Amino acid sequence: MNIQEMILTLQKHWSDQNCIIMQAYDVEKGAGTMSPMTLLRSLGPEPWNVAYVEPSRRPDDGRYGENPNRLYQHHQFQVIMKPSPDNIQELYLESLKELGIDPLKHDIRFVEDNWENPTLGAAGLGWEVWLDGMEITQFTYFQQIGGLEASPVTVELTYGIERLASYIQDKENVFDLEWTKGVTVKDIFFQPEYEHSVYTFEQSNTDMLFQLFEMYEQEAKVTMEKGLVFPSYDYVLKCSHTFNLLDAKGVISVTERTGYIGRIRNLARSIAKAYVAERERLGFPMLQKEEK
Amino acid sequence: MAKDILLEIGLEELPARFVDDAETQLKEKAASWFKEQRIAFNSIKSYSTPRRLAIHITGVAEEQETIEEEAKGPAEKIAKDESGNWSKAAIGFTKGQGKDVSDIYIKEIKGTNYIYVSKVIKGKPTYELLPAFQSIIESIQFGKNMRWGTQSLRYARPIRWIAALFGSEVIPFEVASVVTSNVTYGHRFLGDKITLTNPEEYKGKLEESYVIVDSRAREKMILDEIESAEEENGYQIPVDKELLAEVRNLVEYPTLFIGSFEEQYLKLPSEVLITSMKEHQRYFPVKSMEGELLPHFVGVRNGDSNGLETVIKGNEKVLRARLSDAAFFYNEDKKHSIDFFQEKLGKVVFQEKLGTIGDKTKRIIGITGELAKQLDSNEEITKQALRAAEICKFDLMTNMVNEFTKLQGIIGEKYALHFGEIDQVASAIKEHYLPVQANGTLPDSEIGAMVSVADKLDTIVGCIAIGLTPTGSQDPYGLRRQALGVMRILEARGWNITLEEMLTITVQLLKESGIQIKEETNVQKELHSFFTARASFILKEVGVEQDITQAVLHEEIGNVSYTISKAQALSAVRNDEAFKPVQEALVRLLNLTKEEKHGNVDTSLFETDSEKELYQNFQLVQEKYQDKKDGKEAKDALDVLSTLSESIHEFFEHNMVMADDEDIRANRLALVQQIAMLIRDYADLANIEWKQHF
Repeated sequence: MNIQEMILTLQKHWSDQNCIIMQAYDVEKGAGTMSPMTLLRSLGPEPWNVAYVEPSRRPDDGRYGENPNRLYQHHQFQVIMKPSPDNIQELYLESLKELGIDPLKHDIRFVEDNWENPTLGAAGLGWEVWLDGMEITQFTYFQQIGGLEASPVTVELTYGIERLASYIQDKENVFDLEWTKGVTVKDIFFQPEYEHSVYTFEQSNTDMLFQLFEMYEQEAKVTMEKGLVFPSYDYVLKCSHTFNLLDAKGVISVTERTGYIGRIRNLARSIAKAYVAERERLGFPMLQKEEK
Repeated sequence: MAKDILLEIGLEELPARFVDDAETQLKEKAASWFKEQRIAFNSIKSYSTPRRLAIHITGVAEEQETIEEEAKGPAEKIAKDESGNWSKAAIGFTKGQGKDVSDIYIKEIKGTNYIYVSKVIKGKPTYELLPAFQSIIESIQFGKNMRWGTQSLRYARPIRWIAALFGSEVIPFEVASVVTSNVTYGHRFLGDKITLTNPEEYKGKLEESYVIVDSRAREKMILDEIESAEEENGYQIPVDKELLAEVRNLVEYPTLFIGSFEEQYLKLPSEVLITSMKEHQRYFPVKSMEGELLPHFVGVRNGDSNGLETVIKGNEKVLRARLSDAAFFYNEDKKHSIDFFQEKLGKVVFQEKLGTIGDKTKRIIGITGELAKQLDSNEEITKQALRAAEICKFDLMTNMVNEFTKLQGIIGEKYALHFGEIDQVASAIKEHYLPVQANGTLPDSEIGAMVSVADKLDTIVGCIAIGLTPTGSQDPYGLRRQALGVMRILEARGWNITLEEMLTITVQLLKESGIQIKEETNVQKELHSFFTARASFILKEVGVEQDITQAVLHEEIGNVSYTISKAQALSAVRNDEAFKPVQEALVRLLNLTKEEKHGNVDTSLFETDSEKELYQNFQLVQEKYQDKKDGKEAKDALDVLSTLSESIHEFFEHNMVMADDEDIRANRLALVQQIAMLIRDYADLANIEWKQHF
């Protein structure tokens, strides 16, 4: 099964579970969790079921396209369900079967893994799912988001697409994976991997990035004061990506690092509060819709 | 008719580390509930897997035990009126107990008669009481809890089913919206939904459905398979108990498999291989009969042998990716030099107010140097210790330690040798992290011990100096563990230095390096009480009682090994009848001198022979005592002090300390106080609760 078929299969599977199939969010981010479709929507009492592919940028993992396992940008398939359904493990295992993974012929395990993202004031409990010893999915029950208690609890499934594909297609090198018939990951992503690595580690304009960080942060604050939650959050994402670029270049010392993460976290926290307040002001529309 | 009970909590995969303890809790809580409820049973057996916690109780009585209970009423005086008839109070009391005045009997308590009735409390049917299992289930404690869905219960993982049977009947209750039934589930992939007709068939039916509910039985299956793998292949597979306990709680039906990796990876340090296998993948490493690592590993699969080849292939692929990463890091790191990594230390913050790891390293060098001076270390040792101090942290900047953080020090040693450092310096890099646990292995070498103490003191004193004294369970830098480590090293090495001297050196170096220390007298106080608490702990561990601990620690901790010996010497004599007169003499003298000021003794003011003799004796003893103290001979030092006892007795016999003549009084007090100082230098014997009389 190629990557395209995998994505289509997962979309179909979760669509059948009444998930909204979303498209990737159009601001750079380090993980699918940071999409407002996850981070903001998992707050508050309204039900929310969604699935989407999220390209995730990790500048620090850029390897000029030379490392068989690490990428500047990889893909996650993200499933969010609130409240977490009672049969969520079964639904997940069902999806693996649809990807052609016969659980009788493999060793599938749920190994304790508690997830924490201090930048977003988020924490959850769950597992990494192992397929014959390889971590293929992060399975998390959110307990806290943006510093707020998550209630009802959202469950998040994050499939590592390239990981899973390398297993399904039995390839050692991520660039050899078939995206769709006749097209490999290398065809699509090698050049951007190389160029982004050169940019991140050698060519990025550090002064400009520092300035951008300040500007984005300022804009996030100002925007939020005007009660505009989503635009403000976009600027938080931009702060986060800018910080990742600076961090990857090694121009942020460890002390400063804590400071920057703290600044992003404070923004994320106040946005989380503002989001819930705004939804409440609107009367939690999705909740009312469900009751009807 | 007695019946069996089965209670099974079905869960999403529990963290392996919680399983054993939760099983024990369930068993113990249930057993004590049955006892409280006066419900008889024969036996209780508990089971657990990652997906279930269960108990099977046999021979449970159908009713609570019926008991007789006495109810105490008012005093007889009140219970009877003037004419001896039962009063309203008595009638009211019996009615309230569901009895009649004819049931009354009288008992005397402390000279007063009271009326009583005896009641039979009839046992209720067990079945009606069993829904109390709900609170037993909810009361199980886990190290970390979560919520799920819309439930408010906090539990290790979500509860998905509960099977609860009393004989063939379902015990009705619910926990977190899960309603009990007679249904359980077998292995996630190999098993079926199982309807239980009675508790007795639980274990067998689950085994048919590929679940071995007894964790010890799973462990045995794994061990047996390991043994046969050893025999078949001529391997040695050392079984790490912790890993075994974890692995058996990661699976419901264990099947062993053996995988392999490319021989080239055997060139990696064995610790890297072992960490990759054990900690990251939960494999057992495989050795040859000669004890050499082989390019194989043993894994345990959750299931049967169907598709085992695929499972092996997948696991090999994962391990290969890890090892190839490690090999890449190893080769990259070795291309650089120690200086290359040293330079980076200045860019990594150790603690915001304590500067970078580079700054810390400078202080470690400073403390090590001072220590070498105090210990009179020879030139060679000093040189090696300073070099080890200088490069003790370089490996933190390597790719390998970045990836395998637990191998800090171990990688340092390997790389130091590669970069041409001498053996002693290289192994000191590894040793300076020791002891890893408070009671773990100590550094083997002198220089390893010196750098270890220097590093730990810098962390402890530094953190306390900036206000990060551990409180309650909050000890993020592990200062308590490190302080115990320092003292254990000092004890083991018997160095001629007091803990207080070392603290002074450290505080001084922190100040010189520009660390903002909060109010210094407070810091001294906090350090003193922090280390005193640790010293008390160590003394307790070697069996010294509290009062002796206080006696030897009354002023300072001093030289750790000597202080411990003193405490042991005192513990030995506290029950010794022969020591009694000595103790009486010394303590009597101490009791006279609560405050510590004293003038000089003027021999011309002596009036009696006993006075002169005590003084002469004291001067002799003082000298000998100092010799013994310098030689750290705690028992001998005490013996020397003991020789004073006779002249002290004589002195008190023949002299009034509080003489009328002011000068003579002051002179006697001065004598007494000087001797008291000497005794207190050993220990404040007045603190000790002497036990010879018993």
